[in-house]
Amino acid sequence: MPMPIEELEAALREGFPDAQIQVEDLAGDGDHYRARIVSPAFKGLPRVKQHQLVYAALKGKMGGELHALALETSAPA
Amino acid sequence: MTDAATTDPVQDFIAKAVADHPVILFMKGVPDQPRCGFSSVVVQILDQLGVDFVGVDVLQSEALRQGIKTFSDWPTIPQLYVKGEFVGGSDIVREMYESGELKTFFEQQGLAQQ
Repeated sequence: MPMPIEELEAALREGFPDAQIQVEDLAGDGDHYRARIVSPAFKGLPRVKQHQLVYAALKGKMGGELHALALETSAPA
Repeated sequence: MTDAATTDPVQDFIAKAVADHPVILFMKGVPDQPRCGFSSVVVQILDQLGVDFVGVDVLQSEALRQGIKTFSDWPTIPQLYVKGEFVGGSDIVREMYESGELKTFFEQQGLAQQ
């Protein structure tokens, strides 16, 4: 079930208001995205925890409406 | 294992599988025939590193497919566990592989082929 890129971006911005966020639609089908998120919220956290924060911001949409979201997360240098 | 025994047979199955196998991959399809590109990536990386692993096909059971997501609070498949710890899904595994971190990790765990 596809999700518009605007909706995905808005959800990420709501979850990480102080982050730099780039979202790409990898396949042009609204179903395979890549998001790069640089947020101070990730500082000192292992990657699993960083990605769990992102999934939490998406409130259960990941794995449901959203089939594929490749994540690259980091804290600002 | 902890004493937090559940009454959910699926969670018990997962906990036991993760405890019994040093490297276990919950995936779509089987290692010889992955049925999802993300699962395939992780299989290829483990093969490349010469790591022996057990693959569990979550497509065989809807309860397992949902249960593994709850088990680790992780919404997607594949999921790689090493010595009982959740390592990550395909993005994290690939990132760790590309940086060399994954090879070092398996070597430290005594699980990589020399």
